[in-house]
Amino acid sequence: MADVLDLAFRLDRGDFSLDLACRVPARGVSALFGRSGCGKTTVLRCVAGLERAAGHCRLADACWQDDASGRFLPTHRRPIGYVFQEPSLFPHRSVRANLDYGRRRIPARERRVDLDEVVELLGIAPLLGRDPAGLSGGERQRVAIARALLTSPRLLLMDEPLAALDHTSKRDILPYLERLHDHLQIPVLYVSHDPDEVARLADHILLIEAGRLRAAGPAPQMLTRLDLPLAREETASALLSGRVRAHDPCYGLTRVAIPGASLMLERLDRAVDETVRVRIHARDVSIALDDPGTSSILNVLPARIVEMHPLGASQVLVGLAVGTTPESRLLARITRHSWERLRLHPGQQVHAQVKAVAVMD
Amino acid sequence: MSLDLTPVWLTLKLATLTTAVLLVVGTPLAWWLSQTRSRLKQIVATLVALPLVLPPTVLGFYLLLLLGPHGPIGALTERLGLGTLPFTFAGLVVGSVLYSLPFMVQPVHNAFEAIGQRPLEVAATLRASPLARFLDVALPLALPGLLTGAVLAFAHTVGEFGVILMIGGNIPGETKVLSVAIYDHVESLEWAQAHWLAGGMVLFSFLVVLMMNLLGQRMRRIGHG
Repeated sequence: MADVLDLAFRLDRGDFSLDLACRVPARGVSALFGRSGCGKTTVLRCVAGLERAAGHCRLADACWQDDASGRFLPTHRRPIGYVFQEPSLFPHRSVRANLDYGRRRIPARERRVDLDEVVELLGIAPLLGRDPAGLSGGERQRVAIARALLTSPRLLLMDEPLAALDHTSKRDILPYLERLHDHLQIPVLYVSHDPDEVARLADHILLIEAGRLRAAGPAPQMLTRLDLPLAREETASALLSGRVRAHDPCYGLTRVAIPGASLMLERLDRAVDETVRVRIHARDVSIALDDPGTSSILNVLPARIVEMHPLGASQVLVGLAVGTTPESRLLARITRHSWERLRLHPGQQVHAQVKAVAVMD
Repeated sequence: MSLDLTPVWLTLKLATLTTAVLLVVGTPLAWWLSQTRSRLKQIVATLVALPLVLPPTVLGFYLLLLLGPHGPIGALTERLGLGTLPFTFAGLVVGSVLYSLPFMVQPVHNAFEAIGQRPLEVAATLRASPLARFLDVALPLALPGLLTGAVLAFAHTVGEFGVILMIGGNIPGETKVLSVAIYDHVESLEWAQAHWLAGGMVLFSFLVVLMMNLLGQRMRRIGHG
C-alpha cells in the first residue's frame, strides 16, 4: 500500500480563513498551487508544526498532530525537511557547518541520505569551505536544500524555493530539483504560484483558492482540465508519459509511443522500452481537419475534440483526446476565427499538429 | 598628595561583578521578552526600563527599605543568616544590578528581536530543541548586542552615585566607590585628588565608548558580510 499524507487544517484569522482536508500520495512531488495569499504557505507551516491550526496531520502511520487526542508534535521532533522561500543559511556558520547543523542531530543509523551524494546532486562541492555571505542567491538556495535533505526527512517541504531568485538562478536550479526528484525517494510537498514550475516538477497537484481546496489529482489530469485555471495559463501544457520504441539513426530521431499514438522526437539518449515524460504546450498545438501529409510538422496525431473553452475575445482553448484513449490529453490554443471557420465541435475527429515536444526527464 | 586607589579597585570589582550577574540574569530575561506573547510582556519591559527615568535616590530609598531589617527581603536575608544587605558590598551589587538592568536588557532584547523568527524556525526544522536554538543560533547572532549591553552596564555601574550613597554609604574598602570618593575629596577641598580621579574617569569612559564603537563596527562587518 502506498503511503499517504493525510491533512486537515482549520484556521480563522479574521481576514483570512483556512479550511481544507486532503489525502495526498506520499510519493513524488505534490504541488500546492494557488495565488499569493491563498493559504498554501500556511498549510506547509502547519504540516511543519511552525503554525498551529485545528485539525490533524498524519504521514503514513506516524501522527504529528491530532486534536482528538490532543497530540501536537513540536517542529524539531517531526522528521521533515523545510526549504524556505528565501535561502536562510546561518550567517555565522560556513557552508559545511550549515550542512552539518541538521545532519549531526540524526543518529548515524537513521541517516538515509548520503552527504557526498547530496553534495554531488546539488553541485555544491566547491562551496563547502565558504561563508554564506559570499554565495549567490542560487548557490545559497542549493545549500539550503542540501541542508534540509541531510536530516534524512520522511517528507520534504518546499515553500516557493525559486521565487526569491532571479531568472538565471531559477533556470540554473530547476534541473537540480528535477534530479532530486529522480534520485531520492523522498516525497515532496512543493508550494508554488508559478504554473510553469508546477508543470515541470509536479506529479500531483492540489489547487488552493482562498484557503479552500478547489481540486486535487494527478498532474497530467489537473493540467488539462479546462474548468481549472492551470489550463488557461499562457504557459499551459499537457504532460504525456510514453515509452521509447525505436531509434532511427538515419534521420537522428527517436520514436516514442504514447497511449493512442506515437511521437517522433530528436534522438534521445535512452534505451528502447525506457519510459519518457514529455510536455507539450497548448500554444504549440494546432488543429487540422485532415492529415495534410504536406506539412513540415513531424508529429500529427489523430485526436478527438473533447471540450472547448473561450479565452478572451480572440482565442479558444481546445481539449483533445489522443487516438481513442481518453486518458491521453492534449491542449490546443487556437483562434476563435479558426474554430468557427473549420466548424469544429466536441466529439469531432481531427488531427493535432504538434510543433514542439519537450522531454521532461 | 596621597592618592588612595582603593575606591578605584572597589569600583572595578563592583562593575565586573554587576556585569557578570547581569549577563546571567539579563540575557534570559531579554530572550523571554523577545519570544513571549504573554500580556505581562509590556509590564515587565516597563519595570526593566524604570531605572532609566527614576532618580537614583528613589531607587536607593526603596531598596534601603526593602533590604533593611524591617523590609520583607531584609527579614528574609536575616532569617537565612545572611544579615542585612544595606551598607555592605553585596548590597551595592544588588542595587547596581537593578540600576543597570535596562542598560543590559534593552540592547540584548533589541538584538534578539533583530534576528527575527526565521533563523530560529530554520533551526527547529533542522531538529534543534528550544535550548539548542537559543545557544547555537540566538546567542551567536545576538553577540554584538550582548557586547554592547555588557559594556554599557559596566560603564554605567562605574558612574553610579545616587543609589550607592543611599544604600551603601561611604565605608572605605567596603562601599566607598570612585564616584563617592570624588565627592568626598571635593567636600574636603582636596582638589588635586579629585582631579586625578575625575580625569581618570573621563579617560576611562572615552576609551570604553571608543572600544565599543570599534568592536561594533567590526562585528557588523563579520556578521553581515
